[in-house]
Amino acid sequence: MRDAKRTIEICHLYPDLMNLYGDRGNVIALARRAAWHGLTVQLSHVSVGSPVDFRRYDILFIGGGQDREQRIICRDFQEAKGSSLAEAVEDGVVLLAICGGYQLLGEYYQTSTGERLPGIGVLDVYTEAGDGRMIGNVVVESTLAGEPRTLVGFENHSGRTYLGPGVQPLGRVKVGGGNNGQDGTEGAVYRNVIGTYLHGSLLPKNPWLTDYLIARALERRYGSAELRTLDDDIELLAHNAAIRRAMSRPGV
Amino acid sequence: MREIGLRGLLALWAGKIAIRLSRLLGRGGSNLPGRLVRRIDPTLLGKLARQCRGGRIMVTGTNGKTTTAAMIASILGEERVVHNRSGANLITGITAAFVSQAGLLGSVAADYAVVECDEATVPLAAVEVRPDVLVVNNFFRDQLDRYGELEYSVARVRAGIEELAGQATVVLNADDPLVAHLGSSSPQALYYGLESDYPGLEEPQHAADAKFCARCGSPYRYTALYYAHLGKYRCEQCGDERPSPHVFLRDLVRLGPYGSRLEIVVPSGEVLGVELRVPGLYNVYNALAAASVGVALGVPPAQIEEGLGGFSSSFGRMESITIDGVTAFMTLVKNPVGFNEVIRTVLEDDGDKPLVIAINDKFADGTDVSWLWDVDFERLARSEAEIPFVVCSGIRAEDMAVRLKYAGMPPDKLLIRKDLGQALEEALRRTASGTLYLMPTYTAMLEMRELLQRKGYVRHFWEA
Ligand SMILES: [Zn+2]
Repeated sequence: MRDAKRTIEICHLYPDLMNLYGDRGNVIALARRAAWHGLTVQLSHVSVGSPVDFRRYDILFIGGGQDREQRIICRDFQEAKGSSLAEAVEDGVVLLAICGGYQLLGEYYQTSTGERLPGIGVLDVYTEAGDGRMIGNVVVESTLAGEPRTLVGFENHSGRTYLGPGVQPLGRVKVGGGNNGQDGTEGAVYRNVIGTYLHGSLLPKNPWLTDYLIARALERRYGSAELRTLDDDIELLAHNAAIRRAMSRPGV
Repeated sequence: MREIGLRGLLALWAGKIAIRLSRLLGRGGSNLPGRLVRRIDPTLLGKLARQCRGGRIMVTGTNGKTTTAAMIASILGEERVVHNRSGANLITGITAAFVSQAGLLGSVAADYAVVECDEATVPLAAVEVRPDVLVVNNFFRDQLDRYGELEYSVARVRAGIEELAGQATVVLNADDPLVAHLGSSSPQALYYGLESDYPGLEEPQHAADAKFCARCGSPYRYTALYYAHLGKYRCEQCGDERPSPHVFLRDLVRLGPYGSRLEIVVPSGEVLGVELRVPGLYNVYNALAAASVGVALGVPPAQIEEGLGGFSSSFGRMESITIDGVTAFMTLVKNPVGFNEVIRTVLEDDGDKPLVIAINDKFADGTDVSWLWDVDFERLARSEAEIPFVVCSGIRAEDMAVRLKYAGMPPDKLLIRKDLGQALEEALRRTASGTLYLMPTYTAMLEMRELLQRKGYVRHFWEA
């Protein structure tokens, strides 16, 4: 099945509110690589306000924000978009959520002042603010795409996220704090949803994950995913440099 | 001696020795000497600062602190000013600056103190230095991994202003809603801003931080957007809007990387004509802030004009260096908003624009390089016809190269030379004549200056 007109629709959720630490780099990477793979890319964004049917999209992205922004998103999820997002997840939409966005996909996020922001519960996780922030370069080993592969990124969060039986961890932390600094896990996966604390931006330096997300989206829409082989020399240099930098993190 | 007491004298001498030693050891650090002084006499900074009777000025905000402080010193007369000029803006650095400029018996001969102050340090420094004027330039996202949240910086500065209630003139940027809103807790605010027809941005930049009302959280409506979230804004929900500035820019001619020509109107109605020899809209704001301080202190307009016109760039803020027939402009890049303005300024120049971008991720640079994805490199890539090559350098050279590749810069124009010396060499070899742009983060800038200084191209850091 060689359809030259294959299209992929990417939707960036709340880019005006959830835009900490260069998270938009993930959307840039998805759009660029999809185009390099010969796909027609449609990029749109959605913010606070009217309900949206998320099932029509192929890939959804939500980044991180501060408590103030998370409160606004939390309300918008409750009032307008949460149920549609949950339906789209069950329908197999690809969804990548970073940091604050990840927290709001869980059962709840409890801030440092004890305020409890309800999440939409598509991920079986909950998050509570802890003492001190986990900050620094991170290396994770993930078997998401079969054989073990590394992910590199940068974490900066005070929330501790704990996983329930309904999700798989995205990977095991080799360097860094990860979900909660205790159980060695990082991120959570359910169907085609990935939540993670990794900034960096995450996708540009981990091209295998970008291609994995694009492939899952193509499978859902077209039933098959053939991707080209791209020249990733520069990306891999950055990936390896990030690993070396992480190894110099204090205590490693 | 009378001024500082015996304990103060001990602290002063210990501090002076420690500063001398740390310079002999070749480190510019003022942190350890400052800490030593404060352990012996925690009140010494206050006792020294009190002696500057002409006025004590504190400058804070995310971008432009160093330049604004230097412009103020240029207006007031360098020789009459105590100044923490090397960017040592924590309480220890401020203390060390006063110690090194005080006499052996603890007298401070300067009329004025111009103190650049980190946002989080404002409340403490306000108590000790007791400024007569506090300037707040802007709030942008900067190295968030150090403090956690932008809101925290704003809250610290607000706490400092409340500490000074009724005792200081607060000079605020009217065009930055986060800054202007500080005026609500200070009736003696003096606002500055832009009133010219300077064309705003074609499209909002991604690095904006304050598109939502500081009072009620609704989105602002902008009738003009100058850069990042700076512009003319109004909240339709609660009516919060930009205050009209007392000191404002009436006309502006931009001269690319060479500077700008400004007309500034002051409250008396007089118009100042200034030839500013540092480029970019961000420096126009710095000049407006410095002019406002002059106004607050009652400095004659002619002296403000002269001070700003005589100002040339400091310490890596777009300074030009001639290297074997190549004019190299060096500009510090440290956060998305600043980097966007540097890109905009560089693209205003005619001719080819070869670039060296050096990204380090040490503590002083910010250990997280994610911010590179918030910089509008797409704008640079759209002008790739004018950019023969980009040498990516520093500890995170590869991250920079990936960013430019995804911005749409052709990969064959990207060269990775992690070593700064090799990067400079490569860039100079490929730039036979004309202009070269160097864009280092903070620690990369220090290294680059060191390299250029060893080759005799830059004055020594301490003389700059
Ligand atoms: Zn409002």
